[in-house]
Amino acid sequence: MTRQLTSSPAATAQAVPAPQRRGRWSGRTRRDFFVFLALALPNLALIAVFTYLPLINNMYYSTLDWTLGSTSATVVGLDNYVAFFTSSDAPQVLGTTLVFTVVTVGGSMTLGLLVALALNAKVRGTTFARSAVFAPYVLSGVGVGLVWLFIFDPGYGVLSWLLRGIGQQSPQWINDPQLSLVMVIIVYVWKNLGYCAVVYLAGLQSLPKDVMEAASLDGANGLRRFMSISVPLLSPTTFFLLITTMISSLQAFDLIRIMTPLGNGTSTLIYEAYLQAFGAYNRAGYSAAISVVLFAILLIITVLQLRFVERKVHYS
Amino acid sequence: MSTLSPVSPNPASGVGALKAPDGGPDLPARRDKPFSRANLVQALAGGYIPLIVATLVVVLPLLWMVLSSFKQPGEIVTTDLKILPQGLNLDNYHTAMTTVPFARFFLNSLIVTTVGSTVKVILAILTAYALVFVRFPFKNVIFVVILVALMVPPQVSILPNYILIAGIGGKNTLWGIILPGLGTAFGTFLLRQHFKTLPASILEAAEIDGAGHWRRLWQVVVPVSLPSIATVALVTVVSEWNDYIWPLIITDRPETMTLPVGLTLLQNSEGNGAGWGILMAGAVLVIIPILLVFAALQRYIVAGLTQGSVTG
Repeated sequence: MTRQLTSSPAATAQAVPAPQRRGRWSGRTRRDFFVFLALALPNLALIAVFTYLPLINNMYYSTLDWTLGSTSATVVGLDNYVAFFTSSDAPQVLGTTLVFTVVTVGGSMTLGLLVALALNAKVRGTTFARSAVFAPYVLSGVGVGLVWLFIFDPGYGVLSWLLRGIGQQSPQWINDPQLSLVMVIIVYVWKNLGYCAVVYLAGLQSLPKDVMEAASLDGANGLRRFMSISVPLLSPTTFFLLITTMISSLQAFDLIRIMTPLGNGTSTLIYEAYLQAFGAYNRAGYSAAISVVLFAILLIITVLQLRFVERKVHYS
Repeated sequence: MSTLSPVSPNPASGVGALKAPDGGPDLPARRDKPFSRANLVQALAGGYIPLIVATLVVVLPLLWMVLSSFKQPGEIVTTDLKILPQGLNLDNYHTAMTTVPFARFFLNSLIVTTVGSTVKVILAILTAYALVFVRFPFKNVIFVVILVALMVPPQVSILPNYILIAGIGGKNTLWGIILPGLGTAFGTFLLRQHFKTLPASILEAAEIDGAGHWRRLWQVVVPVSLPSIATVALVTVVSEWNDYIWPLIITDRPETMTLPVGLTLLQNSEGNGAGWGILMAGAVLVIIPILLVFAALQRYIVAGLTQGSVTG
């Protein structure tokens, strides 16, 4: 952890050439003004049009009764939100989102920490293993989803073969809503735990060695050192991972789309928003309302992160 | 969220520090007899076995994908599992290419990734340079605008962007796929943080030599920032290549589909047991290019991706 992303004010002052104090609108200032615009404006305009404008448009669309593709729409105020929260789908969708997020976050963080401990061992081959474990994180969700669908295939998948080996019949993963959620969660954790492992590994390797040695001399065994020293000292890493994995779990789309196209039991908020607008129904206003709900949840998480970051956790 | 990063942004120093000391000096000192039974058992249980299990859990499914892509339907639709294919049979690749226009998908993905990444990296360099080295009022406000954009998930913007792009005739076009993703908050943020660490002296020297902003940018700042630029470029390439939700929505004709979307098409036409070999061939074509890039340049990619959760 040699350098934080937020550079210190001292570094800033050092790096930026000292502004020359002449007239407020001297030739150089004016030239810089236009240079800045020429360099930064294309990017800023793209961000404004395709990141900020959609947020506003989404809120507007969410007040419309509007079929995608139709040229007419009626303003219905908050009816779409009321319709969503009072529909029979709402508990289902919110429950699925909650289960998917909690289990994938908990699963990839716990397994990620265990893998990080394995990667931190003083043996040969950890560099290769670290790369291998991280690899699924950068692979196409569509490709990964297909590979695992084949593995889970009740007729010809490896898993069904293994289950037959112990005298079991493979369950119908796709047709059962609960099992398809289990399946998607397993694959999601497989794809993402490498990210947690590598971040945890960086945390483990920045732990102060002298504290560990002192505890070791005091007779604390490996488990005791891990629970009493490593875990508390890793709390900033844990908090960082909690937030980042929670945000990405709430946005998980690729695997759900490719493994369970109908969203049978796996319809999270993001997937429901997609299905409502681009699935069979073309309910644009309703879909926008779900997107706004999702955005509100993500916003709350981000704000919580900003509020608690320096206070609640040990942060060196 | 990215400001919380526990990982150094500089791949050269950051990931180097991650490397486990393979047989560091403190390792043999503890062990008087390195090959004693107790030490071997300890090394296996405490070191190698978890490491091998973790690696296998990742590698085996991918290996299975590659092996299955060479198998005939008869080798897949069977109750007794055959691990190795009978031969390096490319029929599945051939079928995948002829069932759907796979070469077209591949080319589209290549174009979208190349054009999209090139433009994004250039925009990121220009914006980051402007934010760090060019005098301008409200630079901090602009930086906050970029930071907030970093936290806006692209998924919640798909419907408004679809309506916008379809409205200006971008449906089923490659530019329609590329355009909405071109603004880059991630690259700008990462490069700005790096540019801020550059010593002022090198720029002052160039300024005294009479170099304007353009020359200072390309002849001083860019050459000394190549590792950070590579990080941004590689993370961008990976996310452009894998991007799924947006191309899926904005294309519905095979001529403009990218590989991940084309695979969905293939999945619909090869949905029975005999089609698995063909689908695995398709999965190989979308996964292997990125796997190769990752294998060659992973330190940059890992450094870039572990800095923040947003990779757009």
